[in-house]
Amino acid sequence: MMPSRPQDSASVIRRLHEVAEQIPDRVQLMEVCGTHTMSAFRSGLHGLLPRNVELLSGPGCPVCVTAQGHIDLMLEVAQRHDVTLCTYGDMMRVPGSRGSLESIRCDGADIRVVYSALDAVRLAERDPGRRVVLAAIGFETTAPTAAAALLRAHQLALDNFSVLACLKLVVPAMTAVLSQPRPKRLGVRGFLCPGHVSAVIGSDAFVPVVDDFQVPCVIGGFEPTLMTAAIVALLEQVRDGRTELENLYPQVVTPAGNGIAQRWMNEVFEPVVTRWRGMGTIPGSGLAIRGAYRGYDARRVYDLSTPPDNEPAGCRCGEVITGLVRPDQCSLFGSQCNPTHPIGPCMVSGEGTCQAWFKYRRAEVASRRSRPKIRAKAVAT
Amino acid sequence: MAHGGGGQLTDELIADRILPRLDNDVLRSLGDSASLMPTFNDRVALTIDSYVVQPWRFPGGDIGRIAVCGTVNDLAVAGAVPIGLALSIVVSEGFAMADLEDVLDSVAAAADEAGVTIVTGDTKVIDHHDPPEITLTTAGVGRRPLQHHPDLARVQPGDRVIINGPVGDHGLAVMLAREMPDMQTTLRSDAAPLNRVIEDCWHGVGNGIAFMRDATRGGLAGVASDVAAQTGWHVVLREDAIPVRPAARHAADLLGLDPLDLANEGKVVIVARPEAQDRVLALLGAHEDGPAYTKPTVIGEVTDQRDGVCELHTTLGGRRVLQKPYGEELPRIC
Repeated sequence: MMPSRPQDSASVIRRLHEVAEQIPDRVQLMEVCGTHTMSAFRSGLHGLLPRNVELLSGPGCPVCVTAQGHIDLMLEVAQRHDVTLCTYGDMMRVPGSRGSLESIRCDGADIRVVYSALDAVRLAERDPGRRVVLAAIGFETTAPTAAAALLRAHQLALDNFSVLACLKLVVPAMTAVLSQPRPKRLGVRGFLCPGHVSAVIGSDAFVPVVDDFQVPCVIGGFEPTLMTAAIVALLEQVRDGRTELENLYPQVVTPAGNGIAQRWMNEVFEPVVTRWRGMGTIPGSGLAIRGAYRGYDARRVYDLSTPPDNEPAGCRCGEVITGLVRPDQCSLFGSQCNPTHPIGPCMVSGEGTCQAWFKYRRAEVASRRSRPKIRAKAVAT
Repeated sequence: MAHGGGGQLTDELIADRILPRLDNDVLRSLGDSASLMPTFNDRVALTIDSYVVQPWRFPGGDIGRIAVCGTVNDLAVAGAVPIGLALSIVVSEGFAMADLEDVLDSVAAAADEAGVTIVTGDTKVIDHHDPPEITLTTAGVGRRPLQHHPDLARVQPGDRVIINGPVGDHGLAVMLAREMPDMQTTLRSDAAPLNRVIEDCWHGVGNGIAFMRDATRGGLAGVASDVAAQTGWHVVLREDAIPVRPAARHAADLLGLDPLDLANEGKVVIVARPEAQDRVLALLGAHEDGPAYTKPTVIGEVTDQRDGVCELHTTLGGRRVLQKPYGEELPRIC
């Protein structure tokens, strides 16, 4: 995909430093998308940021935001002898209170990794003797596919397919981050909005963030140069004291979003209060299956209730995903918790902030030693 | 499962469980390719590999082809000319005879391409699996014509890191065939015997080549980070120089994977002296007759910093550490 304003990376980085120099104080920005997290770390973007600019990873990684209780729920249903649980790959290794999906699969549980929610329906269709449960996690990017799968199962009148909905909505999470009590001088002054989610919900969905919280929002693409250009646009707003919604990804994102995907979601799901890891419960931030489709709701079919969140002792994933602490400020980071033996979800997923830090932080140290000559002015505190 | 992914967990398994029990001087060097046999004056190389792949047939190859290519390539990067292969076949009950014939035809074709013969073998049938499975094991013996061998100990600052073509195709072709069989893609496995091109380089350049390794499981990232870690030198790779096909780039983005971490079956990383660089590129380029041999490229160099780290200079102008993948690469959610 071509950027709307073709720019080479060197000139975007130069512009980034020029604009940052015109801002006297420290600026924290937040991205809320796992793909942005990965793109930033893979391209070494953090090491190129001016000294007074920090890019935090917010609640955008689907695995990382999933409450411990919801993971235990998946383990519970997967351990029933006649159930096949279908899940996305990076959910497999997230530790629950007792084991992970990967470890209970070793003990004989029937767990399949799927790439499309419809694969789970096909599995149920092929084998009527098997009871298939789709563990639906993620945001507005995966919710329409879970809805489509449920509608397909309904159309086929399958009675051996259900959905365990642990889906979440991005905008309520952003407003929750802004509503959170924070230490003085620490506050998100701009959101880099997720490209994929925005394609579904439309850019207009971020209007409440801009209007009610007076925080700039810029929708950006994933290619590192596009992402950097979106950061420049956010800094320009901060510099000028503007609070606007800008869409720098118009090739993919329209104001109204994807009407078909929204219709499927609305047909099947309704917004409910739900639990997030480290953020507690947020009203209207989750999706539950509507009463008309209760026969496909795994919670009802298997009479499940979400157990309390027994988050691992010492794990600070919840504070990491809201930008309150950096991964290296967690005492487990790197020693007890690492990608080989993860304790919290942020270390499991490739999109997780902790794993990204673990994989790439040595590079950040190295690049700090040889930063580009262009510098922002001294930070006024 | 992740212990078999060829990443850090595999290294742990070998170091913690296997080596303590089977320890000896030759094994301890953990020659990824072929170990030396001092009794034959270091002139004989031996290697063995088992092959399990789901599905057993994928775009660009099948299990028979990689069973020959993998073992032949392991010998070649150790500076050996393959003499003969032994082939062991384990199939589960129900594996179709016609499919078995296809696999064997593929073994024969790849062996012919490599100019090597299958000299002995074994066959076993095990209990029924769903779906029916096939496992191949090939052992290879090679002759080392030269006194010196490719060796990490010969790597020195200033050496260039060269690869013979685009990375990630094999891992992605297999993963798409397994996980998204309905997806249309032009991606094909790069599985190919590299012994002829490697022999040409090895004999044509001689001492100018310090080290070679085929970038199979663990990908280019695995080889490059091993070179840095095991030599103690700082290795720099340039992202914009590393060849990746657009189709591989897009498929990797879709699955949330990095092409640098993914397996190849027809890619060799050569660490060569700067003065030998052009000759290596020319010899690799002379074999541009198959998918494995396109675009030989210098992708980085060994520097005189002593930190044992491999660093990637990104297209954006940033830097990041390139690490060996941990275990099985898991596709992500959205």
